[in-house]
Amino acid sequence: MKNYKKLALSALITGAVLLTACGPQEGTSGNESGSNGNKASEQSDQQLKGTVAVDGSSTVFPIMEAVVEEYNMNQPNVKVSVGMSGTGGGFEAFAAGETDISNASRPIKDEEKAALEKAGIEYTEFEIAYDGLSVVVNKDNDWVDYLTVDDLKKIWVEDGTTKKWSDIRDGWPEEEIKFYSPGTDSGTFDYFDEVVLDGQPIVEKATLSEDDNTLVTGVTGDKNAIGYFGYAYYAENKDQLKVVPIDNGNGAVEPTNETVESGKYTPLSRPLYIYVKNESLSKPEVYDFVKFALENAGTLSEEVGYVSLPKEKYDKALSTLEDLK
Amino acid sequence: MKLIDQEQVIRRMKPRLFRNTFFKYLFLLATGLCLIVLAVLFGRIFIQGLPYLDWQFMNSLPSRKPEEAGIYTALNGTIWLMVVVVPVTMILGVGAAIYLEEYAKKNRFTTFIQVNISNLAGVPSVVYGLLGLTLFVRTFAFGKSVLAAGLTMSLLVLPVIIVSAQEAIRAVPSSFREASYAMGATKWTTILRVVLPASLPGILTGSILALSRAIGETAPLVVLGIPLFLAFLPNSVFDEFTALPMQIYNWTSRPQDEFHALAAAGIIVLLALLIVMNSVAIMIRNKFSKRY
Repeated sequence: MKNYKKLALSALITGAVLLTACGPQEGTSGNESGSNGNKASEQSDQQLKGTVAVDGSSTVFPIMEAVVEEYNMNQPNVKVSVGMSGTGGGFEAFAAGETDISNASRPIKDEEKAALEKAGIEYTEFEIAYDGLSVVVNKDNDWVDYLTVDDLKKIWVEDGTTKKWSDIRDGWPEEEIKFYSPGTDSGTFDYFDEVVLDGQPIVEKATLSEDDNTLVTGVTGDKNAIGYFGYAYYAENKDQLKVVPIDNGNGAVEPTNETVESGKYTPLSRPLYIYVKNESLSKPEVYDFVKFALENAGTLSEEVGYVSLPKEKYDKALSTLEDLK
Repeated sequence: MKLIDQEQVIRRMKPRLFRNTFFKYLFLLATGLCLIVLAVLFGRIFIQGLPYLDWQFMNSLPSRKPEEAGIYTALNGTIWLMVVVVPVTMILGVGAAIYLEEYAKKNRFTTFIQVNISNLAGVPSVVYGLLGLTLFVRTFAFGKSVLAAGLTMSLLVLPVIIVSAQEAIRAVPSSFREASYAMGATKWTTILRVVLPASLPGILTGSILALSRAIGETAPLVVLGIPLFLAFLPNSVFDEFTALPMQIYNWTSRPQDEFHALAAAGIIVLLALLIVMNSVAIMIRNKFSKRY
């Protein structure tokens, strides 16, 4: 009986070892044959083969999805996979060397830079589109005409008091404000934290949700609610929400494609990024894909509800890319 | 002397009868409420999703244009995931259950393992995702493959399968085993020919419930970093893939209403898949339970 147990145990262990041994081998041999095949065809108008791994922000995901969709019509043999682990999760995978491109809805943090440095991964940052963070209130809210950045701070930073609309400006109703904010893991929150909260804690009573549709529903259903999220969610729900123009010292500006693109809508318009591993750019399929992404991100991002960068920015990005080749 | 006080019986009859009917309707209401919630859910999903559910939806890649989007890669990925999860969980789960019930001595150590298995069944699925990420994706370097995700999902549902299989094995009357031993059968023959066939219906019921959970889970896959958009299918268990719940999750989080309808259509497909799996299990169960 004892012998049987030993036998079974050793069988299990051998099995596990075999599995581990097989895994990476399969993977590397696949990659090798891929890149060998590519060396023969350096020109970009030729049919490329290989894999491109993309992960990161769920905000950038729709743009990437559109880019890959179009890209595969030209290059059906390049296998692009796009994940959405979130900006932070994306950088983690990027530092672990699992991805070629990391999507981000905020600039890279110092800790993340350090992790990449430690892993010996050099990267280049490209802006790919703009998103205008939209501050919205209920449709029946007839008092808010605009808010300044200081007003936003007064509204959103926790100070221990119960906040009423009348605290913000005289003549506004004495009703308690209800808050709806994206969850603290999201790049959207990080960006809002940076430009409005300034690192101070957000109001404790705020309803936090990772799902922006929940925020839309929340603000739609409550007359005293205020919330913020990506421009696409406001654009899809224009008839149910009222957007608040933001005054940053130069008059109140409402987020629209034009004001976001021209940079007039500050400080809440934010760039969305892709971070590309420099080493991966030596693979023609990755280079070609990034080039395609930068050439088409403008039109495609507008199609999925974001705002295009000015053309010069894309041109500049493309020449940076050219230099990295 | 009257044994039964007729008057008192008559007096008490009314409240008794009332209580009798009251509880009947209370339980009816409980069942009804569950059914209503289910019906509302189904109604909503079907009304929203059915218009989008067609052959093209089953056969297309995800797309930024809702009318062209489909679940081809996601559905295939989920089936691939099952290819890993079903054998791994059945072999390990039933094996562990047999060992614990038939071989293991009933001592403190066994009880300790037992308690832990039951506890593991209640651990949030995200935790399994984190475990899978460090163990399978990074340490074993399986990458974000079908194998890594399949093994993670297997860990997630194993406790449920072990516990239910153990209960099924325990329910086999010991007279069956004794009869087998009396005929001169060895322990292994007894397990293979007597215990397993008798407990198979119970094992299958538990396993199918557990596998249904594995099909529907999103959280561990998100943590593993399973990609969402792929324009290709896996060729082996070492390839990357995406799964139905991931696609549904992504579509529900989009701002456009059309994508929410697509998510509903995806849910219908997922439900259909579950029903097919459940019916297969019920068929097998009926076939085997007739023998005893």
